[in-house]
Amino acid sequence: MARPPRPRPREARTPVIHRFAVNAAEGGRATPAILCHCAPIHRPWSLVPRPHAHPAFVIAPFAAPADTSLVELIRDIGRRILRLTVYVGGLTVMIGRLLASLPQILGSARLVVYQMLTMGVRSLPLIILTSVFTGAVSAWQAAYQFQNFVPMRYLGTAVGKAVVIELAPVLTALVVAGRVGASIAAELGTMRVTEQIDALEVMGVDPVRYLVMPRVTSGALMMPVLVLFSDFVAIMGALIVAVLMVHLSAATFLNGVKLFFHMSDMYAGLFKASIFGIIISLIGCYQGFQTRGGAEGVGRSTTGAVVIASVLILISDYLIATMLFRV
Amino acid sequence: MIAIRGLSKSLDRRVVLNRVDLDVAKGETLVVIGRSGCGKSVLLKHVLGLMKPDSGTVTIFGKQLDQLDRTHLYELRMRCGVLFQGGALFDSLTVAENVGLGLSENTSKSKAEIADIVAERLEWVGLAGVGPRAPSDLSGGMRKRAALARAIAMDPEIVLYDEPTTGLDPITAEGINDLIVRLRERLKVTAIAVTHDMNSAFKIGDRIAMLHDGHIIFDGSVDQVRNSSDPIVQQFIAGATTGPLEPL
Repeated sequence: MARPPRPRPREARTPVIHRFAVNAAEGGRATPAILCHCAPIHRPWSLVPRPHAHPAFVIAPFAAPADTSLVELIRDIGRRILRLTVYVGGLTVMIGRLLASLPQILGSARLVVYQMLTMGVRSLPLIILTSVFTGAVSAWQAAYQFQNFVPMRYLGTAVGKAVVIELAPVLTALVVAGRVGASIAAELGTMRVTEQIDALEVMGVDPVRYLVMPRVTSGALMMPVLVLFSDFVAIMGALIVAVLMVHLSAATFLNGVKLFFHMSDMYAGLFKASIFGIIISLIGCYQGFQTRGGAEGVGRSTTGAVVIASVLILISDYLIATMLFRV
Repeated sequence: MIAIRGLSKSLDRRVVLNRVDLDVAKGETLVVIGRSGCGKSVLLKHVLGLMKPDSGTVTIFGKQLDQLDRTHLYELRMRCGVLFQGGALFDSLTVAENVGLGLSENTSKSKAEIADIVAERLEWVGLAGVGPRAPSDLSGGMRKRAALARAIAMDPEIVLYDEPTTGLDPITAEGINDLIVRLRERLKVTAIAVTHDMNSAFKIGDRIAMLHDGHIIFDGSVDQVRNSSDPIVQQFIAGATTGPLEPL
């Protein structure tokens, strides 16, 4: 008859740190805690990372951590999906209200013109500065790639195409997202937290008509104008590099630009610019309207406006490219 | 004029209003008192339709707010004026443009007519000649008065005051209280004011209701409040640190 196993003396047991024990009082966050003495359990399937050996403590997973982590993970994913759904839903409602307010655009002409001045004219110096260097660097890089493979007389062609179709609309949009999108989100966010938007509501003034519609309209109208400037200035920047650094004649470079220039490319670039203008102003407005809390909330909305608008610009750029430029 | 029935609202899983019932008769000024964060401003936002209740109804001018579409809600709001806690003046506009915004956006009045009304309202609140200045150039008391001028610019039938004297020195606060009383007599408006300033409550109110833990725990005249035997009401109006309410 087999003898029953002798119990291990208590001193010989190893203290265990349950790193993922859930402290309900702390809102379910995982907190390190030494809970009891027991033998470590090896669970190769556990989601809990294998702990480091310690001379005093052997860290072993608590019986529940795998489940707890998984539940937390699923809960987190669920929360994110919910937040995204709420965001998209709110944005859709705002677009609906914006479209409903468009018939009153003539009554808000003064506000639209003011926003066109703010978004367009005041952005021009920055756009000119960035476009000069965009054109210059694209000419230099193209020349670097061309050497020994492609005749330099095609430098203007490559740069012209790249600037008109892609570089000017996208880079201008990203710069405007940083300057104008952030400014819209900060302004409307401050209006939200200081109850100015509520004040408009109680005065019977629709904030979407008064604040959003002029900004989105001016975004749609002024971005193509800015991109036109950007096209011109970028090509001039490229011309300067081509003449001074690559030692190409101005006539050769400009003939290259004209060689495969199609107005349809220009229209496509301007169409994209208009869509980008709508995205920048709409996201800026929505982020501003959604602001909660004080200065911190305004900061969060501003950052969010730039990040979300930039991502949407790049995604929509791809989608528009696949629709307009068939391979 | 204003009827609130069974109004409940929770924010961040905290019950702020719990089946609140309140009535305000025409021409009456009701002051809602209560500790900071007890839900007074939330109650006011429900009266304006700026927040949707979890349950219950708010009826103004015989119209239930949750049954109105946006257009009708805006029409109803045009008959109300609001003095916000921080003034909520539009930074991008001058004081005169702030006061005249509701008129220029919602009426067909000419610029000259609007300018006359704006000048008159600014004079009522003691800010004659301040119209061209920016709100950022004004002191706290002047901002409140400019916001009050904006609230009454469209001859409202109902005026709502959110903490009208908060953040002001005692003399300026008393000036605002006098102004509210004078405007009530001049315009014969119905009003709800939320405040935790008892001097202000006694001065401007016909009736006082106390909001505590989401409930209206007291509703009566100014004299009834002063003579109330409720220890919570007594502690609150005396501003005592000992009693059923924890000071912090």
